[in-house]
Amino acid sequence: MSLLDVDGVTVHFGGVTALERVSFTVEPGEIFAIVGPNGAGKSTLFNLISRFHEPEEGDVRFAGESLLRRAPSGIAGLGIARTFQNIELFEHSSVLQNLLVGRHTRRRASILAQILFTPAVRREEIAHRVAVERMIDFLDLQPHRDRIIAGLPYGIRKVVEVARALAIGPRMLLLDEPASGLSAEESRDMQFRIKDIRARMGVTVLMVEHDMGLVSAVSDRVLALADGRVLAIGTPSEVQSHPKVIEAYLGTEAAAP
Amino acid sequence: MRTTFQTSYLQDVRLFPDVRRAIRYAALVALAAALPLVLDDFLLGEATNVLIWAVAGMGLMVLTGHAGQASLGHAAFLAVGCYANAILMERVDLPFVASFLAAGAITGLAGVLIAIPALRLHGIYLAIATLALSMLTEDIIVLAEPWTGGVTGLVAPDITIAGAQVDRYGSPDLFYWLCLVVALIVTLGYRNVLRTPLGRAFVAIRDSEISAQAMGVNVAVTKACAFGLSCMVTGWAGALMGHFIYTFNHEVFTVIISIQLLVMIVIGGLGSIQGAYWGALVLVGIPQVINIARDGAQAALGSSIVIPGIETGLFMAILILFILFEPRGIHGRLEKWKVYVELFPFCRRDMFRRQKSYLKTERMR
Repeated sequence: MSLLDVDGVTVHFGGVTALERVSFTVEPGEIFAIVGPNGAGKSTLFNLISRFHEPEEGDVRFAGESLLRRAPSGIAGLGIARTFQNIELFEHSSVLQNLLVGRHTRRRASILAQILFTPAVRREEIAHRVAVERMIDFLDLQPHRDRIIAGLPYGIRKVVEVARALAIGPRMLLLDEPASGLSAEESRDMQFRIKDIRARMGVTVLMVEHDMGLVSAVSDRVLALADGRVLAIGTPSEVQSHPKVIEAYLGTEAAAP
Repeated sequence: MRTTFQTSYLQDVRLFPDVRRAIRYAALVALAAALPLVLDDFLLGEATNVLIWAVAGMGLMVLTGHAGQASLGHAAFLAVGCYANAILMERVDLPFVASFLAAGAITGLAGVLIAIPALRLHGIYLAIATLALSMLTEDIIVLAEPWTGGVTGLVAPDITIAGAQVDRYGSPDLFYWLCLVVALIVTLGYRNVLRTPLGRAFVAIRDSEISAQAMGVNVAVTKACAFGLSCMVTGWAGALMGHFIYTFNHEVFTVIISIQLLVMIVIGGLGSIQGAYWGALVLVGIPQVINIARDGAQAALGSSIVIPGIETGLFMAILILFILFEPRGIHGRLEKWKVYVELFPFCRRDMFRRQKSYLKTERMR
């Protein structure tokens, strides 16, 4: 069974078609990339899975269960974690505190127990800390553990956001442009990290990315979107040589003056 | 500079990161507990007032400083706590401890009820809505005359705890200790909330609602929690305030009090428990400083100087200065000085300058 099944979803914003009957599936353990020019509907697709947008038709199923019945805050609990294109970290908290928010769905103690800070809460906090510390080690964030996000460079923030998403303990990770704004070296690091996430944690990765170098280096399959429609699905080389994709990116000869 | 060598995760979870700090706070509490032995009745009353305002400040701080929801209506919750406590003691004949706890619960519940319509409001709109609530409360107190005594108001009933008469005038030291115990319990509970998932969820919805949701934080429930806890604590402060001022009517809990409370925590330092205490100290201290200055001026000039509204004026001037030069309040300024001293002479001018970020995904609200 597919892990994620996007089934004929349509989203309009006023008169603008963001997505038009888009269907695809992501298999467990896959690294699946979505590419397309600006305004193709890639981020809309992510926000649809995060339940920030409501589709007019179609369904999104995760491990057989429809996501449309869930509230936005219920998605993380299912095991879907995400990052944001423009980095949405908690600016005035430390890296550690940010990652601990990722453990929110794993909390067990009642509000009263938290106010009283019972021994059970203490044990739970230590367990959260151990889990978060594993992510810090995995993504080499040790030097930045206690630093406030607002003072961190962009490249580090990108990694912190991935770490926070992984702290959820997800089955699927949605990466919204993981390499945007990164230097060539940082981008290459990110490439290895994405592969590591799959290899060492068994997390399925769905990502939106513009950098075709990164996409072809890590992804098993690629979906090309343009104007809210699926152009092609296949291996990176298949998609890159697909005539419709070339047309969407470079235009047709007839259209050229 | 001192660095704590960490050997276990428990160190980060504990109340105090190291023994030195624990000793410092223990000394502070001991000093606070010993104040009635040193101060005269008037100054002890002022110290009690500081504690009560600090409790009210902590109530608003958790909502505004940590959960990021501005409220200009907390005088309404002070009023609810104050009247609920007095009515429960008078009409239902509950002992103080029971009525005090119940007053907190009632105010907390009122806060949650207010939170439900307020959940859809952000920033300035929430502030306006709560401001309206504060204004409404004044009228409701007048209208609910059979319960609240209307314009004439109520007299705070006598408190008896374990056989001892706790009276603001009769036994100011006992009343001071009562307020101190309440302040300590609230502080401890507040500190506990901050080191658990609930407190982190508060900060999460303050800094980015959208990613809080993606992390599984239910924004509506978290905001309702913040309102509930905030109003509960504010209700307790209101109950103590009722006993402190002894007689109260609708004119006590005006919009000005709401604004003063908000200004107080901004001056103290948003987002820190200490900020509530610093703010309360400034709020209660200003009239005393003015009095001393006035006496001094009178002695020097031979004639008395009376400037109407100088207290509020000075308070607001301090607010403006803080917003301009130290948005993080007294607590933030002290933290900076501490780092400066610890690092001396290696502190750089731009050490505390924050990188500005311009890209924010707020359009999906």
